[in-house]
Amino acid sequence: MEATTYNYKVVRQFAIMTVVWGIVGMLVGVILAAQLIWPDMLFGIEWLSYGRLRPLHTNAVIFAFGGSAMFAVSYYIVQRTCQVRLWAEKLAAFTFWGWTAVIVLAAVTLPLGYTSSKEYAELEWPIDILITVVWVSYALVFFGTIVKRKTKHIYVSNWFFGAYILVIAILHLVNSAELPVTMTKSYSAYAGVQDAMVQWWYGHNAVGFFLTTAFLGMMYYFIPKQAGRPIYSYRLSVVHFWSLNFIYMWAGPHHLQYTALPDWAQSLGMVFSLMLLAPSWGGMMNGIMTLSGAWHKLRTDPILKFMVTALSFYGMSTFEGPMMSIKTVNALSHYTEWNIAHVHSGALGWVAMITIGSMYYLIPRLFGRESMYSTKLIEWHFWLSTIGVVMYIASMWIAGVAQGLMWRAANADGTLTYSFAQVLNTMYPFYGIRLLGGTLFFGGMLMMAWNVWQTTRQGRVVNDAPIPQAVHA
Amino acid sequence: MSDFTHGFWPLYISVLTLVSIIGTWVFLKSQTTRKLAPGEKPELIEHTWDGDLQDLNNPLPRWWLGLFYGTLVFALAYLVLWPGLGNYAGVLKWTQIGEYEAEVQAAEAQFQPLYAGFMKQDIATVAADPNARAIGKNLFLTYCSQCHGSDAAGSRGFPNLTDGDWLYGGDPDTIKATLTDGRAGVMPALGEALGAQGTKEVANYVLSLSGRKHDTALAATGKTKFAENCAACHMPDGTGMQAMGAPNLTDKVWLYGGSEATIIESIAKGRNGVMPAMAQTLGTTSNKDAKLHLLAAYVYGLSQKQ
Repeated sequence: MEATTYNYKVVRQFAIMTVVWGIVGMLVGVILAAQLIWPDMLFGIEWLSYGRLRPLHTNAVIFAFGGSAMFAVSYYIVQRTCQVRLWAEKLAAFTFWGWTAVIVLAAVTLPLGYTSSKEYAELEWPIDILITVVWVSYALVFFGTIVKRKTKHIYVSNWFFGAYILVIAILHLVNSAELPVTMTKSYSAYAGVQDAMVQWWYGHNAVGFFLTTAFLGMMYYFIPKQAGRPIYSYRLSVVHFWSLNFIYMWAGPHHLQYTALPDWAQSLGMVFSLMLLAPSWGGMMNGIMTLSGAWHKLRTDPILKFMVTALSFYGMSTFEGPMMSIKTVNALSHYTEWNIAHVHSGALGWVAMITIGSMYYLIPRLFGRESMYSTKLIEWHFWLSTIGVVMYIASMWIAGVAQGLMWRAANADGTLTYSFAQVLNTMYPFYGIRLLGGTLFFGGMLMMAWNVWQTTRQGRVVNDAPIPQAVHA
Repeated sequence: MSDFTHGFWPLYISVLTLVSIIGTWVFLKSQTTRKLAPGEKPELIEHTWDGDLQDLNNPLPRWWLGLFYGTLVFALAYLVLWPGLGNYAGVLKWTQIGEYEAEVQAAEAQFQPLYAGFMKQDIATVAADPNARAIGKNLFLTYCSQCHGSDAAGSRGFPNLTDGDWLYGGDPDTIKATLTDGRAGVMPALGEALGAQGTKEVANYVLSLSGRKHDTALAATGKTKFAENCAACHMPDGTGMQAMGAPNLTDKVWLYGGSEATIIESIAKGRNGVMPAMAQTLGTTSNKDAKLHLLAAYVYGLSQKQ
C-alpha cells in the first residue's frame, strides 16, 4: 500500500540536533576567541589547546550544525515538494545515526590530536570511509525520492540539494584519497603544490556547495513559504543555478595567490572568482525580490527578519569574496583577520541566520504547533545575533586591514616598521570585541534552545502529516 | 602523480577556459527574454508545489546581466594581458617571480648607498653608531625576537643576548659567524649510561660547581662520574668550552633552568639547541650581507652596554 503520510521522524531528529550542534560548535568558537586573548586560560591542557580545538570548531559548525540542518530541510522539502514519502526510509534513519557517529568521532579524535592535517577534512581515514557510506546513503534516499515524485517538475530547492549532494561526494572522494599507515594515521595521495591545489579545490567548493548551494536550496523553500509570495523569477533561478555551480568549481586557486602554484592557475582562480559575483547575487536577488509586496511583514515577523538579514550577509560576503581574490587585494588580505571576518560574515551572517530562520519555521510544524513557543524570544534572538555578527565582522575587518598594513609597513631604511609581536599587540582590543560579538551570537543560540525546548514540550510529535492526493503541476 | 608537463596540457587549459567563458556568454544570451513593458505585470508560471509554492516569470534583471557580462569581458581582457591560458605568457609578460625579483632589485638599489658605509666599517665601529643600532634593532625585531624576545633577554632554551655570557663567544666575528651560519648545540642524553642514581649524583655535583644548594655526599660521588662523562666538553673544572658551545656550569646562567630536577632532565634526556643560519633565513632578500653585518653589530652592542 502506498504511504499516505510524510516521514517527519528523521527530519525532527536532524532539526533538534541542528540546535544542539549549533550550540556546541559556537561554544568551541567562543572558547577559541577567548584563547587568542588568554592563551593559557585552559591551563595548558593539550586536548583543549587552540590547535586541537580549531578543527573541532570548524567541523562542528560546518558539518554538524550545517550538515544536520541540511539533512533536516532537504528530507522535509524533498518529500513535500515531490508529494511522496521518503524513499528507503531505513537508509534515511541510518544517515541520521551514521552522521551523528561521524560527529561524535570527530569530537573525540580531533582533541586527541588525530588529524589528516587537511583543512576542513581533518578526519582520519576510517571516519572518511564512514562519511562516504553515509553520504552515498543520503544520495540514494534523496534521488530515490525525486525519482518516485508525484509532481511533474522538480522544485528549485531540490536542484540545489541535488547539486550539493553530488558535488560534496566528488570533493570528499578526491580530496580524501589517502594512504593509510595505521588505523589512525594516513598520508595524502598528493604531494606538494598538487596537494595544496586539491586541498583548496576541495576547501573552496566545500564553502561553495556545502555552505552556499545547499543553503540556497533552503532559502528557496522557506522564504516563499514564510513570505507567502511566489519566487520572483523562474528564469533567474535556472540561470544562476547553472552558472553558480559551473563557475564555483574553478575558483579554488584564489586561496593560493602568491604561492608555489603556477601563475596561470592563480590567474584562472582570480578571473573565475570575479565571474562568480553575478551568479552568487542571482540567488540574493531572487530571494529579496520574492519579498517585494510583503515588505510590511518584516516589521512583525522576526523569522522573515532572520531570512532577509541572511540574504544581505550572503550578498555582502559574495561581493567581498571575489574582491579578495584579486591579486593586489589578496596581497593585503591574505593570512590576516580579514579572512576571519569574511568567513564569519558567510558562516554566521548567511548560513547560521538562514538556518535559524528556517528552523523557527520548521520546528513548530514538526511538533504540531502553529508557531514557536515565544515569538518575542525569536525577536530577541534576531537582535542578539545581528548585533553579535556585526561586532564580530567589523572588529575583524579593522583588525585584518590594520594587520595587513602593519605587516607591509617599511621604514626609510628598508626595514619593517612593526615586529610580529607589535602587530599582535594591536589585535587585542579587536579580539575583545570579537569575543563579545561571538558570545552574543552564542547567547542567541541558548535562547533558541530554550524556545525549542518549550515548543517541543508543549507540542506533540507529528508522524501523520498527510500527503495531499491531488497532484499539482 | 603526473606533473602534467606534456605539451597537450597548456592547450587543454586554454581551450577549456575559453570555451567556458564564451559558453557562459552564449548561455546568458540564450536565456535573455524581452523586458516587461511599462505597467506589464509578470505572470505566474503554471506549476505549484507543496500547496502554494509558485514562480513568477520575470526576465533576468538587466543590471544583473550587465554585471555578469562585465565580469566575462574583464576575464577575457585579463587573460590576454596576464598569464592564464596555459603557457601563454600574456601581453604584459608578468610573472610572479619576475615581480618579486624586480622588487628586490629596486630595494637593493634604493638602500645600498645607505648600507654601503656600514659595510666598510668593522662591527665594533658600527655597533657604536646610533643610526646603525636603530636599523639593527628593527632587523632584530623582525628576524630574532621570536626566539630571543623583543628585549633580547631570551627565554628558556633561548640564550639571553644582553648578559655578556656567551655559549660560542661574544667577539664580533664569532657573533657574526653564529648568526650567519647558525649553531647546533647538542648535549647528548646520558641517562642510560649514568643510570638514575648516577644522574642524580652528577646533577648534585653540577649544582655544587656554581655554589647552589646540593647534597654533599651525592656530589662527591658525582665528581668522578662528571670527570668521566662530562669533562670532555664542559672541561674538568666545569667552565665549559666555547669552541663546542658547551656551557660554563660554574656561573649563574642557566639556559634550561638550574633546579636539581631540570639538571637531571638535561643530563638524562640531553638537549638540542638550534640557532638557524640567518644566511639561509634571509634567502634572496635585498642587501643580505649588510643585514647580517648590522645584526651582528646590534647583538654585539647589546652586551657592550653592560
